[in-house]
Amino acid sequence: MRTFLGMPATAPPGVGHLRGEEPFPAAARRALGDAQLRRNLRHATTTIRTKSGAVIGEVPDWQQLRAAGRAIKADAMARLPELLEQLEAAVAAAGGTVHWAADAAEANRIVTELVRATGADRVMKVKSMATQEIGLNEALEAAGIEPVETDLAELIVQLGHDRPSHILVPAIHRNRAEIREIFLREMPGVDPDLTDDPPALAAAARRHLRQTFLSTRVAVSGANFAIAETGTLAVVESEGNGRMCLTLPDTLITVMGIEKVIPTWDDLGVFLQLLPRASTGERMNPYTSMWTGVTPGDGPQQVHLVLLDNGRSAVLADQVGRQALHCIRCSACLNVCPVYERTGGHAYGSVYPGPIGAVLSPQLTGVADNASLPYASSLCGACYDACPVMINIPELLVHLRAQAPHPKSEAAAMAAAAYTMDHPALYAAAQRAAKLSKLSGPRGRGLPPPLSGWAASRDLPEPPSQTFRQWWAER
Amino acid sequence: MTARDLVLGRIRAALGDTPAVPAEVPRGYRPAGSGAADLDLLVHRLADYRATVHRCAEEGEVAQVVHRILGGRRVVIPPGLPPHWLPDTVTAVTDENLTADQIAAVDGVVTAAAVAVAETGTIILDAGPDQGRRMISLLPDVHVCVLRTDQVVAGVSSALARVDPRRPLTWISGPSATSDIELNRVEGVHGPRHLHVVTVPRA
Repeated sequence: MRTFLGMPATAPPGVGHLRGEEPFPAAARRALGDAQLRRNLRHATTTIRTKSGAVIGEVPDWQQLRAAGRAIKADAMARLPELLEQLEAAVAAAGGTVHWAADAAEANRIVTELVRATGADRVMKVKSMATQEIGLNEALEAAGIEPVETDLAELIVQLGHDRPSHILVPAIHRNRAEIREIFLREMPGVDPDLTDDPPALAAAARRHLRQTFLSTRVAVSGANFAIAETGTLAVVESEGNGRMCLTLPDTLITVMGIEKVIPTWDDLGVFLQLLPRASTGERMNPYTSMWTGVTPGDGPQQVHLVLLDNGRSAVLADQVGRQALHCIRCSACLNVCPVYERTGGHAYGSVYPGPIGAVLSPQLTGVADNASLPYASSLCGACYDACPVMINIPELLVHLRAQAPHPKSEAAAMAAAAYTMDHPALYAAAQRAAKLSKLSGPRGRGLPPPLSGWAASRDLPEPPSQTFRQWWAER
Repeated sequence: MTARDLVLGRIRAALGDTPAVPAEVPRGYRPAGSGAADLDLLVHRLADYRATVHRCAEEGEVAQVVHRILGGRRVVIPPGLPPHWLPDTVTAVTDENLTADQIAAVDGVVTAAAVAVAETGTIILDAGPDQGRRMISLLPDVHVCVLRTDQVVAGVSSALARVDPRRPLTWISGPSATSDIELNRVEGVHGPRHLHVVTVPRA
């Protein structure tokens, strides 16, 4: 294996949450049977699509911002080594410490050791896809450290012993009545008369976490953006739990995928205009925090940044596939996807669900480990239109389908078809023979196994009474 | 081989022969400095996200506004807050290394601001002497933020050009909120549940 060191590597199995336990079709079938789930998802995605469309309509230069966002990300990927080194130097110059993690296990080890060094047995967390991806909570628990999720939706998931199902709103699959049930069951000291009124639920979370914020000495966050030029990290949030975690503790540990780096401070302006409107459908999210290393006397005095690969270098190695690394985790593609709206996020297995997950997860793990995900799409293209950084997700889906393992019978059938089409006499004979398909019954319903399985969910077209060639010869 | 060398080596191998030249970025969007700093628009945007806006004709009115919001209560203030913004009716506690518990125990906070973005309804704090540590505008339940009208800019790009990335920055757009329950926006989670923005012309 020694010779392969330094070659792009996929995310290793056995740690983290990039691989599902079953293929998408099996998981989706079960999800489709859950009428409550479908109602919750339909309500939530319809709400967000309406809001997002309205605030995007207010921006006269939205398309120019999208084009700039795409190009800035492409530029950052092309210059990734130099930008990461620049970021590292800038963070270090401002009093922060930078760590590098080749994969999930290494990142978990680094964070665990940093927490242990502080003597703390509890950390509070800002919602972060990267730490979900690497399974940091499980690693901390195994080391005797209690991770407390502070984002409301993550808290709902954690208290419900559940899994996240959406990038932005991990508890999107839960409605207010279900959330109330979880709070009543799992939240110590909760008011037994708690109603399912959303402000009352939010207030319950406020009371529940207040003392945690004031007494926890270590926080773990992700980062939405890292600016190479200045060493600044940015976290975009709504509730103020992010501000609490980024401001109150002595030690702050940020885990960030290497693709989050952007070149300049000015570039940040492009993404701060794109992200909130595409994501929560707000002109600006309630709170955005930016910090550059350590500020003496204000906020954490021990600041760490963990730069995570975990398969990203493998994605970067694919010249078509690498655009998946441009994702800013807004989840607009989930909210417009007809497949996601019906199956929900759990069916995708990975922490990255929806259209972006269907192209990102298989690339991070290697396509063989998530082979069904590139097919979890109708290729309708709504995700491409919605993406604020113009990731061509349909193109990527098709690209990855070509890499996914195909059954031998499919290859044999395609080879036979190609041979026939190359030989005009054979082709004419095959067209005449197609009429024999009438023997298969209307729309293919009379086909014998195994073809009956194919026809169970598809209609075989009725053959025309004469072929084009016959019609041409007769006129 | 260190993890750093390993990761950087992998990335270089992944990029292969792709030349590492900066890609051309089409910057056809509205640049910093374009557009008018529209105070009316800012007021509308702030109100739309449930912030309460008080427009003062002169700086002398600020203390009356603070009195109406926080009269009779305890407030934390940053060391550099102009003293004439505070009425006699509030008990002011200056943040000189107060603990988080002490700050959380007061009723409100009064700060200045660094910049405001009209288009998005955003107030930016940069932890300057009249704004204080990030913590003080976070823990109390009522935040009164006094904004000078010449601090208003049109858009996000203009705002970034005005602030210093080396300072800790907090961008605030309305009171604490969440969209986590059925994707509906609900105000009032962990941050201040009441945001009051007081606009005053520069004296």
